[in-house]
Amino acid sequence: MIRSFAALRMTNETMKSQSLFQPALVREAVGQAFVKLDPRTMFRNPVMFTVEIGTAVMFFVTIGLLFRPDAAQGSFGYNFTVFGVLFLTLLFANFAEAIAEARGKAQADSLRKTRQDTPANVRLDDGKMVAVSSAQLQKGQVFVVEAGEIIPTDGEIIEGLATIDESAITGESAPVIREAGGDKSSVTGGTKVLSDRIVVQVTTAPGESFLDKMIALVEGAARQKTPNEIALTILLAGFTLVFVIVCVTLQPFAAYAHTPIAVASFIALFVCLIPTTIGGLLSAIGIAGMDRALRANVITKSGKAVETAGDIDVLLLDKTGTITIGNRKATHFWPAPGVAMQAFVEQATVSSLTDETPEGKSIVELARDNKVDPAQLQSRLAGAELIKFTAETRSSGVTLAGGTRLRKGAADAMRRLAEAAGQAYPAEVAERVQTVAKNGGTPLVLSENDRVLGVVELQDIIKPGIQERFERLRAMGIKTVMVTGDNPLTAKFIAEKAGVDDFIAEAKPEDKMQYIRAEQQAGKLVAMMGDGTNDAPALAQADVGVAMNSGTQAAKEAGNMVDLDNDPTKLIEVVEIGKQLLMTRGTLTTFSIANDVAKYFAIVPALFMVAIPALGALNIMGLHSPQSAILSAVIFNALIIPALVPLALRGVAYKPVGASALLRRNLLIYGLGGMVVPFIGIKVIDLLVGLVW
Amino acid sequence: MNTELIGIAVIFLSTVLLALPLGRYLAVVYSGDRSWSDFLGPLERGLYRLGGIDARQEMTWQQHLRALLTINLLWFFWAMLVLCTQGSLPLNPDGNPSMTPDLAFNTAISFLVNCNLQHYSGETGMSYLSQTVVVMFLQFVTAATGMAACVVVFNALRERSAERLGNFYVYFVHSLTRVLLPLSLAVALVLAFQGTPMTYAGKAAVVTVQGDSVQVSRGPAAAMVAIKELGTNGGGFFGANSAHPLENPTYLTNAVENVALVLIPLAMVFALGYYLKRPKLSYMVLGVMTAGFLLLLAPTVYYEMHGNPALAHLGTNQTLGALEGKEMRFGAAASAYWGITNTVISCGSVNSMHDSHMPVSGMCELLGMMTNAFYGGVGVGFLNFFVFVVIAVFISGLMVGRTPELLGKKIEAREMKIALIVALLHPLLILAGTAMSAHLYAGHPTEYAGWLANPGFHGFSEMLYEFTSSAANNGSGFEGLGDNTPWWNLSTGVVMLLARFLPIIGPVAIAGLLARKKYIPESAGTLRLDTATFGVMVFFVIWIIAALAFFPALALGPLAEHFTLY
Repeated sequence: MIRSFAALRMTNETMKSQSLFQPALVREAVGQAFVKLDPRTMFRNPVMFTVEIGTAVMFFVTIGLLFRPDAAQGSFGYNFTVFGVLFLTLLFANFAEAIAEARGKAQADSLRKTRQDTPANVRLDDGKMVAVSSAQLQKGQVFVVEAGEIIPTDGEIIEGLATIDESAITGESAPVIREAGGDKSSVTGGTKVLSDRIVVQVTTAPGESFLDKMIALVEGAARQKTPNEIALTILLAGFTLVFVIVCVTLQPFAAYAHTPIAVASFIALFVCLIPTTIGGLLSAIGIAGMDRALRANVITKSGKAVETAGDIDVLLLDKTGTITIGNRKATHFWPAPGVAMQAFVEQATVSSLTDETPEGKSIVELARDNKVDPAQLQSRLAGAELIKFTAETRSSGVTLAGGTRLRKGAADAMRRLAEAAGQAYPAEVAERVQTVAKNGGTPLVLSENDRVLGVVELQDIIKPGIQERFERLRAMGIKTVMVTGDNPLTAKFIAEKAGVDDFIAEAKPEDKMQYIRAEQQAGKLVAMMGDGTNDAPALAQADVGVAMNSGTQAAKEAGNMVDLDNDPTKLIEVVEIGKQLLMTRGTLTTFSIANDVAKYFAIVPALFMVAIPALGALNIMGLHSPQSAILSAVIFNALIIPALVPLALRGVAYKPVGASALLRRNLLIYGLGGMVVPFIGIKVIDLLVGLVW
Repeated sequence: MNTELIGIAVIFLSTVLLALPLGRYLAVVYSGDRSWSDFLGPLERGLYRLGGIDARQEMTWQQHLRALLTINLLWFFWAMLVLCTQGSLPLNPDGNPSMTPDLAFNTAISFLVNCNLQHYSGETGMSYLSQTVVVMFLQFVTAATGMAACVVVFNALRERSAERLGNFYVYFVHSLTRVLLPLSLAVALVLAFQGTPMTYAGKAAVVTVQGDSVQVSRGPAAAMVAIKELGTNGGGFFGANSAHPLENPTYLTNAVENVALVLIPLAMVFALGYYLKRPKLSYMVLGVMTAGFLLLLAPTVYYEMHGNPALAHLGTNQTLGALEGKEMRFGAAASAYWGITNTVISCGSVNSMHDSHMPVSGMCELLGMMTNAFYGGVGVGFLNFFVFVVIAVFISGLMVGRTPELLGKKIEAREMKIALIVALLHPLLILAGTAMSAHLYAGHPTEYAGWLANPGFHGFSEMLYEFTSSAANNGSGFEGLGDNTPWWNLSTGVVMLLARFLPIIGPVAIAGLLARKKYIPESAGTLRLDTATFGVMVFFVIWIIAALAFFPALALGPLAEHFTLY
């Protein structure tokens, strides 16, 4: 089974540039709007379900009038029009949900289309090889992929090492190395092995990968209401009930006052007062939230994760890649007293020639600038033994054929090494180490047979524009925490320069975990991003854990979102998407309820004006006639739903100006606007409807 | 400026000035800090020992409610017993009869729920024993019940996670000994010196200036009138309540009584700020409540002071305002101010007949009870307000892009459900009760002719008012309604019961549930409740939920009457 993420990316880009209402999607949504009229589906949405009941009653009243005209109920035409408008209201609400789903589905379909069946060479327990269709690969099965072949599904390398072209996922053309064990062992279906041969264990059951889950979610099949959505639905159901009470009790009131009210007027009053606007748009808002995350190339495992993202108080960010560009670079050689610069640079270069880390490479590069030719030094490495960096020694280097031990590493580790060997640790070196660290650099101490030769200064380069992003986060009330392996002095310098609020220096995976726990204990919600297997516990502990797609399977399992772009700054976008989702719900609820004021003033006078002329004084809009007033109110009520669909799908813009300012702004736009707009809208519609009734 | 207007301004401002220090004192008392009233400690400890109460035992919210409901149930039986047998019990110098069971049921509940709807007249319907051990007793303890429940909610709103929220009996007893008793004593003294009777002797025979000999009812009135106002009870000693010349003899007593009834509800708001150490929060609450109050007060004062156009047409001078049903010693403005304070606050005492107020005034009084949260009754006023805050927090929390939290606690489906049940209950009880009555009357206008003194729009207002007053636990009557019949006694009795206890249980439950939750510290993204913006939000939530639901009913009652009149 092959999923082309590149195809997903393309659809995203094309869809971003296109309008919200593509003709094909609209056609599908219109069809779905009718399908969704099924009461069993409608029942999930109490507000619209009551509208459906009201519409059904109007249908029978209208039919009844066809056979037995009743002046008290108004003309057949009038009743039929009310019925028609109510029916449209239902369709509009269904359409809103359907178009949101259709947009999600369009992405899902484009993913499905790119799926091809790739034969997988499955290795059975007895070592025999069988060709199996990728669609039938089971979790735990083991398959073999060789150079030039496409990896059939997501899995983890258990044997071998290979260069892999992941451009289908990441868009990055440079091949990457994946190997068994460690953090680089996960492979994704659809990527291509360029060299070597790997044995891979399947990690997801068919139809259970993130993408499959996402497809199910956007298609609505697996969509569950989030806790906040449930609470909001309760609120809306409550409002609906209030108006059930209002409308039911109005009948005896009217009877007492000898002002009979037609069924159409009752139902119109009821439908106008209940919060149909938000009721009709609620599920569309939720689907659109996940959809927006997907458009940002983030796959969410649930709608709740997006919602929680809006609440995040603390963001844990890795320094490398998020705050600083890539890796540290060597910027200076500082030989110890009594060591010649030339000799120091040469030894530093020799110790780094076989070092594949970016730091090592940058030392070699810096040596070139210092007029040392690395190529000439290559010969010294003949028969040398490579010493890899480990977390315990915190140093690396080479042991040359002659027995000379060249080591470079963290200052304190090297000091211990020197002192253990009875060598002096020069005060000048210690001082240099301090100065470098204070200036935000990382000091790398070089020693030859445990004698300290000097310090290599490594510097970080802070990403341009990152300060503004942190400023924005601070305004949102989010605390940013930089996680780094650097020593506290360096970490502090970079933290201050980048403008993060806090940092965890010399961080081990447990430190992240502890920090998250401590913050959660204090009631904060924490988000973090990670890629390594050792990040998995912290990702699981965090309230929002975003795993990079390039990360290990364990990390992806542990998080509740996966970022296809492997972009560490994506967390910031995710938080904003979450906030937008909640705000859209809140503002449309406010708008919907505020609309009631005008609707009352349209309908209540219309109900009583004929029998109690004095109440005509309440007709402050000067509506043409009782019939036109009621029709205008229901027509406005119906039309406002499609009018707000774009807002529901795009989301209300979030501006980090502080909660009170935001509330003031939204109250003005959606609260005050919600009160004023229907007055204007109903009056305008009445001017047209008044021509007929 | 008009002297009458200056009068009500002085009354209002002096209430605020007195409520501020009282609020601070309440916070001290309920926090258990040291205060001058600590000398009452031995008395209180004696009471705890007598009741077998362990005062140090902190309670969960469920235990609080259990304690509250249990003592209330006992009081109900006590009241029923005395009222049904008062005719043959001592302290009955005027020989008033025992109550019929339906009237006793209505009366017992009415006082038990701090409503004080009176379908009887004090002079002829009650013995002095009943006035003292039923009416006055319940006026003290029900006020203390409301205050104690309110303090449980205060306690739950503190910055921490907690299961246990203080001891109910301690809050209850402290409310009595350290707040209600001392204040009542002060008010009663003023009343007694101004001429309100305080005696257990029966009717006095008096020969008037004209030479007629009349029987004048009296009794232990001064003590009862004090707690009637302070405890926002409102049930008068005499049938005419505070319009009665002995219950409210002078403009001064009128001012004192009016200050007394607003005092504790206002002080509770200040107490909130001191107790939680969030003074700005109490300013927000006070601001919203006062805005709502003034919005209802202004039109009432205006219409009462401008007189009745129908009477003006007949050539009657209306320069002193609409004086029908008012006492000359108070005047139109003070009567209007009294009418609104007694309806926004669930006191429900009257110093003029609301039935005779102008239609807009009647509507404002109805709205005061329909919203029932602009100050509101002792303790319970804030509980009602709290429910609206929960709903407002939910909507505005979303509007700032966070899942809603109230003072650091997340509001979820469960809290929302409870808040809505409470918010829904009020319109349900009022509208359903009125609808049933309207249905009965419309179906059998001759059979129930005795109900309505004025059929038509005004009659509708009378029925609406009766249920609104019952559901708001207000107790004032529009009068003009023949309400001592089984239908009215039983229906309003049930409404009063539901409307008292569910709105106490609901907020206490919400607060208890919230208190257990994890406390989330504030950040720049957190919605702050102590801002004017949030105040505006709460204000509109109250109006749109509580007031708008009654728009059709108000249109058919006071509004129709108003537009017909003008």
